[in-house]
Amino acid sequence: MFVQLKLLLWFRRESEMGKIIGLNGDEAVAYAVKQTNVDVIAAYPITPQTIIVERLSEYVHNGELEAAFVPVESEHSALSATVGAALTGARVFTATASQGLALMYEILWIASSLRLPIVMALGNRAFSAPINIHCSHDDAMAARDAGWIEFFSENVQEAYDLTLIAFKSAESCLLPAIVNLDAFILTHSLEGVEVLDDNDVKRFLPDKRPIYPYPIDVEKPTTYGPLALYDYYIEMKRQQAEAVKEAYGKIVNIMREYSEVSGRKYSPVKAYFMDDAEVAIVVLGSAAGTIRTVVRDLRSKGEKVGVLSLTLYRPFPEKELMNAVKNVKVLAVMDRAYSYGAPGAPLFSDIAATLYNVEEKPMLFNVVYGLGGRDLTADHVKFVFNIAKEYLRKGIVEKKEIWIGVRK
Amino acid sequence: MSKKLLGWKEIPFAGIIPNTPTSLEYKTGTWRAFKPVHNKEKCIKCLLCWIHCPEPAIIRHDDDSIEIDYDYCKGCGICSNVCPVKAIVMVPEGE
Ligand code: SF4
Ligand code: SF4
Repeated sequence: MFVQLKLLLWFRRESEMGKIIGLNGDEAVAYAVKQTNVDVIAAYPITPQTIIVERLSEYVHNGELEAAFVPVESEHSALSATVGAALTGARVFTATASQGLALMYEILWIASSLRLPIVMALGNRAFSAPINIHCSHDDAMAARDAGWIEFFSENVQEAYDLTLIAFKSAESCLLPAIVNLDAFILTHSLEGVEVLDDNDVKRFLPDKRPIYPYPIDVEKPTTYGPLALYDYYIEMKRQQAEAVKEAYGKIVNIMREYSEVSGRKYSPVKAYFMDDAEVAIVVLGSAAGTIRTVVRDLRSKGEKVGVLSLTLYRPFPEKELMNAVKNVKVLAVMDRAYSYGAPGAPLFSDIAATLYNVEEKPMLFNVVYGLGGRDLTADHVKFVFNIAKEYLRKGIVEKKEIWIGVRK
Repeated sequence: MSKKLLGWKEIPFAGIIPNTPTSLEYKTGTWRAFKPVHNKEKCIKCLLCWIHCPEPAIIRHDDDSIEIDYDYCKGCGICSNVCPVKAIVMVPEGE
């Protein structure tokens, strides 16, 4: 009895410890993909995602990963190949960035409408022109209406963890999923990443096939993606809309399950000092860490500030967000993307729409920052908090949209 | 189109159609604005209409006489155009 208990404890400790290895964001994604025992990878290398594709092709070449690696001639083909592979019931992966995502665009909608559990890493990079290889969330925002689940990582550890969470989410919800990681800030930064034991990954993400429940079967001809005009198109879209809404609860549970496996807590929204915050910032991606540092600093001076960051962007965490900001007086929504001519940048529009019918809600203003890799400094964040405090004092938002870190 | 149309909770997952072929259930004849009318007296059974109909909605009988299948004829007028003896004329639907 005692020996058994000791053994059990020993096993637990072994599996809980996890190995720490030095990986950059791209490598961390590739490492996670390898651990999922993926069957088909079709991808075209593009900065800053290139290392993901390189590592995966090495894994396949070295025999560390038994998968079909399809070196396609474009991103349009990359996603098309994963669509075909997913329809056979395989576990599939692709990765891209910026212009590559733009070239995939029509297939994004086909993948989600066919409800295919494809996982894609997106090294968030600004759209041309002018040509730029650094971080904007343009590509993530271009995909936001396409019916994909979208996660945002804040650091390299999260890029690794969210890749595993994305596979399980995509496969349970039968929806494609994107893992966003900021260009260079995450894709090329080296971090000590705690990786799961291969067996723990297997337990979290069982190796069953087929993954798609209606796989192509030559004995049983089936039509996928038929023509549907005014008689059926809208019914199909309604069904899809419901699937994405329903995915929310499933993803929350998957995040919880992953937290137990990894010991790292995951939920759709991360709130830092939000309980009694009067002014707060909400943001996506790697900027959250910088803002948290400033919040800690200002809190030590007694200022009631806080920060919210979204780990899950689609489906949008409306309830958690409403709940997290219910006591906030002024909320600054920081967008690393822009929507020309729109009443607000993408995240701002999402949050304004979330809060519109809520009675007690904060005043909102939109901060555009960091486009094309422009640094976000602690001083920028302090500047945003100062504006928020000024609006709180005056009781009015004087400028709904401000750009920071930009020369006049 | 007389069949009851299904609601979004009733249609198959992702619009997949497991029991192919179902295209025969789709009566494209409802698209027609002009209707080909065949004159048996004039017809010389050359079958040019049968070869050219893109649907195909010209039914060929054993004796090489032809008949138009109005369930699928879209009224494109090609048959009328190729007929060497003007045995097919297009008339507006509803006349
Ligand atoms: S009108 Fe067009 S579709 Fe109809 S029978 Fe003639 S060729 Fe065929
Ligand atoms: S083309 Fe004219 S003549 Fe020839 S088979 Fe058709 S209807 Fe008859």
